Amino acid sequence: MNETLTDIFSIPVILIPLLPLLGFFVISLFGKQLKKSSGWLGSFTVIASFLCSLYIFLNLPAESSTTITISNWFYFKDIFIPIAFLIDSLTVTMLLVVTGVGALIHIYSIGYMHHDEGFSRFFSYLNLFIFFMLMLVMGSNYLIMFIGWEGVGLCSYLLIGFWFKNDAYNDAAKKAFIMNRIGDLGFLIGMFILLFHFGSLEYQNVFEKASLLGSGNFTLFAATLCLFIGAIGKSAQIPLYTWLPDAMAGPTPVSALIHAATMVTAGVYMIARSNILFALAPLTSTIILCVGIATAFFAAIIGLKQNDIKKVLAYSTVSQLGYMFAAIGVGAYKAAIFHVVTHAFFKALLFLGSGSVIHAMSGEQDIRKMGGLKKSLPITHFTFLIGTLAISGVPFFAGFFSKDEILASIYANQSLLLFTVLTITTVISAVYMFRLYFLTFLGDFRGTEDQKKHLHKSPATITVPLIILAILATLGGFLGMPEIFHAKHFLGDYLSSSITNNSANYASHYFEYGLILISIVVITIVIFSTYRFYVSKKNLPESDEIELNIFSKLVSNKFYVDEIYDKIFVRPLMLLSNLFLVLVDKLFIDLIVNLTGFLTVSSARVLRLIQSGNTGFYLFTMVICMVVLLLFQIFSII
Amino acid sequence: MLTLVLLLLPLISSAITLLFRGSTAKYFALLSAISNLIITVLAYFVFINTDLKGEETQNIFVFNHEWISSPKINFHIAMDGISYLMVFLTNLLLPLIILSGFKREINRSHIFYSLILFMQFALLGVFVSFDGILYYLFWELALIPIYFISLNWGDKNRVSVTIKFFIYTLAGSLLMLFGFICLYWYNPTHSFDWNDLTKFQVLSTHQGLIFWLFFVAYAIKIPIIPFHTWQPNTYQSAPTQGTMLLSGIMLKMGTYSLIRWLLPIVPTAVTEWTPLAIALCVAGIVYASVIAIMQTDLKKLLAYSSIAHVGLIAAGIFAWNIQGIQGSLIQMLAHGINVIGLFYCADIIFNRTQSNNINGLGGIRLTAPKFATYFLIIILGSIALPLTNGFIGEFLLLYGLFEYNTWLAIFGGLTIILGAVYMLRMYQKVALGNSLDANMKFEDVKGTEEIVLLTICILIFAFGVFPKPTLELVEPIAQFITDKAILK
Repeated sequence: MNETLTDIFSIPVILIPLLPLLGFFVISLFGKQLKKSSGWLGSFTVIASFLCSLYIFLNLPAESSTTITISNWFYFKDIFIPIAFLIDSLTVTMLLVVTGVGALIHIYSIGYMHHDEGFSRFFSYLNLFIFFMLMLVMGSNYLIMFIGWEGVGLCSYLLIGFWFKNDAYNDAAKKAFIMNRIGDLGFLIGMFILLFHFGSLEYQNVFEKASLLGSGNFTLFAATLCLFIGAIGKSAQIPLYTWLPDAMAGPTPVSALIHAATMVTAGVYMIARSNILFALAPLTSTIILCVGIATAFFAAIIGLKQNDIKKVLAYSTVSQLGYMFAAIGVGAYKAAIFHVVTHAFFKALLFLGSGSVIHAMSGEQDIRKMGGLKKSLPITHFTFLIGTLAISGVPFFAGFFSKDEILASIYANQSLLLFTVLTITTVISAVYMFRLYFLTFLGDFRGTEDQKKHLHKSPATITVPLIILAILATLGGFLGMPEIFHAKHFLGDYLSSSITNNSANYASHYFEYGLILISIVVITIVIFSTYRFYVSKKNLPESDEIELNIFSKLVSNKFYVDEIYDKIFVRPLMLLSNLFLVLVDKLFIDLIVNLTGFLTVSSARVLRLIQSGNTGFYLFTMVICMVVLLLFQIFSII
Repeated sequence: MLTLVLLLLPLISSAITLLFRGSTAKYFALLSAISNLIITVLAYFVFINTDLKGEETQNIFVFNHEWISSPKINFHIAMDGISYLMVFLTNLLLPLIILSGFKREINRSHIFYSLILFMQFALLGVFVSFDGILYYLFWELALIPIYFISLNWGDKNRVSVTIKFFIYTLAGSLLMLFGFICLYWYNPTHSFDWNDLTKFQVLSTHQGLIFWLFFVAYAIKIPIIPFHTWQPNTYQSAPTQGTMLLSGIMLKMGTYSLIRWLLPIVPTAVTEWTPLAIALCVAGIVYASVIAIMQTDLKKLLAYSSIAHVGLIAAGIFAWNIQGIQGSLIQMLAHGINVIGLFYCADIIFNRTQSNNINGLGGIRLTAPKFATYFLIIILGSIALPLTNGFIGEFLLLYGLFEYNTWLAIFGGLTIILGAVYMLRMYQKVALGNSLDANMKFEDVKGTEEIVLLTICILIFAFGVFPKPTLELVEPIAQFITDKAILK
């Protein structure tokens, strides 16, 4: 838009995605020669991208935006699809999160993946992921976003199945890709609707034309619903969330980067980017609100009974994403993005912390076999505690502000019922997080002697990112404080230029005070009761070992959702496949084809008999035929 | 003139190849194919520097001489955007197809390569003919070399399978011949010339018959369900080079002909019957994809996936809007490249393990990382990941379909889900996991194998990242064909 801005920023903007892409190429082509230095090279490209993003953040005024067009990708009819980047405050926010957290996780991975034979391959995939993620957040139209959207799905597939010798991991990878593709079809159809009605996929054109339509327009409803289906797949919401817990098969840094901090929040980003469309589609927004709250609640319940350290965090991620969608559902897009940012900090921290634990425990992931790790892993313990406090919404940690903002906007905009459900979910989140924390770090060590001997502190490449993330998880909330503290909502103000339709109402001050007070009381109760339950008793509580009732059995088995999907989708599809092949293809269509051939051959066999070589018979036939022809002529003249 | 050179070069080379014995034949065949590719690429620069619109785009490469005076049949060959693209596809794939046989022991290889070059000649003839009878002759001519290739160099089931394939497609061709006779009869100009046939259309009362005669012929060739049952067995039994010729180029004869010889010639009947035709195509996409999911034979799986892909191409053509036509053309190119890549991978696997059964394979990536990577890239192209060649085509095709009918687009769009299901399932069983046979050491690709795979992978990204030249090339003629739909 602004000529001079375009000039100033074009080079750093192009460098941001280009550097990780170059990193990918260099590492994948020369991985063998680079050996362990590929880790530093991969990290360096992302750090450089982060610095470029920082440069743009510091120099681009919050209220302005710029579009940088690289080339015209293709066109048909009068529809042009350029490869172009839109840089505004929303993009910059996402850029800083993706490259910032991404860089930390890269550095962490150098230590974490040190002994892996696929070290270089790992970093090439990570760099490729960052490239696609950047395309996703930087694109100036939906198709460029879609490149990133599918590209991150590919990287997620490659990284979940990183240890490809294990077929369970491969299954998880495949499942993730396919479930994402279900969403992608929705995204694609959504794009078609926009293209058909607005003749463009450029955000600017689409939004301009869409805002001419009134609220509740059917086209917008259909388009936003389809786009939301895309978001359901990518951001693991009901009913397509089941891939995310399985995705924990990937190396832990991958879980932190892709399945917690960045990729899974792409759906939230996409909707926030399209806030103009979604604000005009109240019905879609209501659906989003319901899906978000249902997911948040449901996943939190499942999280209560998980024993795998990463699975607990995975369900917690699903649940937290549900919060973000709930916020979107009431039009609090800024609150959703705020939570994306703080969640990226504390969830990356928790995952990396869990990685450090798993590393120290020689691969053990069952929290029932841990305990007492506080002494052996002091830094991991301390940072993990901060992460736990942040995600539980303990006042003044990062999660507190963003979560309260979401709760407040839901209260102010919707019924008390939904607010209550979400508040209960917050309590449940605190319970499973403190259960996780207590079982892992406090109490007595419950692992084997072997593991105890091997317990070791993690190297600096692992602890430094943990410490930085811990600081962010502590202070991140101050980016957006509520009004009652008489502070500026930095992030909210910053985002104002890109999120123009933040239609959420704000809750009253009294309500805010009440919320804070209640939070403090509830959290304190939760901490004490879980402490009593899991630490004071010394032994593991019975309920964690055996199933006491049907409900707890249901929860431990994740409500059998995977099994149900298997029964109603996977099995029938396989059956249908065989049915088509055997019954339709072989027994019906091909039979007709072969029958035609057979009939031709057999009729030839019969007709062949006429050619007996008997001249008299030939003459006789000839005469008969001539008579018939003659008669035919006569009758047709008449 | 250039068209004639492109056409005759393979014919002459084919004859010369017969003179050689041993490995000289294959080198000569390769040389011929590469020279033809170079000429084709040079022709592109003539093309883009000539600014012509619509049907006139043929003018620069025309070679038109009277052949038979009554009925008037001309030796009329030319190239417009569509023809050029198909010629390019043929000449691009031929060196790869020839090269892919380099590591194999082939009996009587001089005859084998001679037949391949002859096939190239016939295929090129189909794509550049602008006279109906000439086109028909080439169409039938193309059947002869592939018949012998499949019959002599195929696997143990080759005889019955090849005969079925031959008779089935021949039956279709006969219908088409009859269709041309009808066209000649009913057309006011009494001509077989494409320009005449598109300018002066047959009365709409006669168009229905001609439509069906042509449609069935093409539906068998493409194949569109329910005319597809010859195909999986043929792909399985034919030698790899034969399968590549069939799937990479020959089935494009069908989709190409839909655009060239069906839509602009009997537009009224097409409009009338489109709902049925498009329903068949879209049903075929889902049907074939679903069958592919449970296939255990690698080649058959690829065959069914190919039915699904060309079903989408045909559906996009029948949607008959510019993005549908452009999408179908760019997808023909993409599908040609990807499908020969896939069959080549299947061939490499079969040659090392003597097995096509995906349940008995696994762990290839452990010992052959390069091969596994190339294989994955080709699969990604095939499931239309953005920035690979499959994406733009699929996007345009589905959008073309969407403009025609929303629900058909959603139904046809299932291909992006189902495609991922069967392809990733196959890849996992074949390449990932642990090797079932611990003694089996799958050798990684090198030499000519790697050259072929690397070239295919580069092409996959090249056309995915830079789709514009292809789209621009076919734009004028796609516009011309689409205009016929508006005038109908």
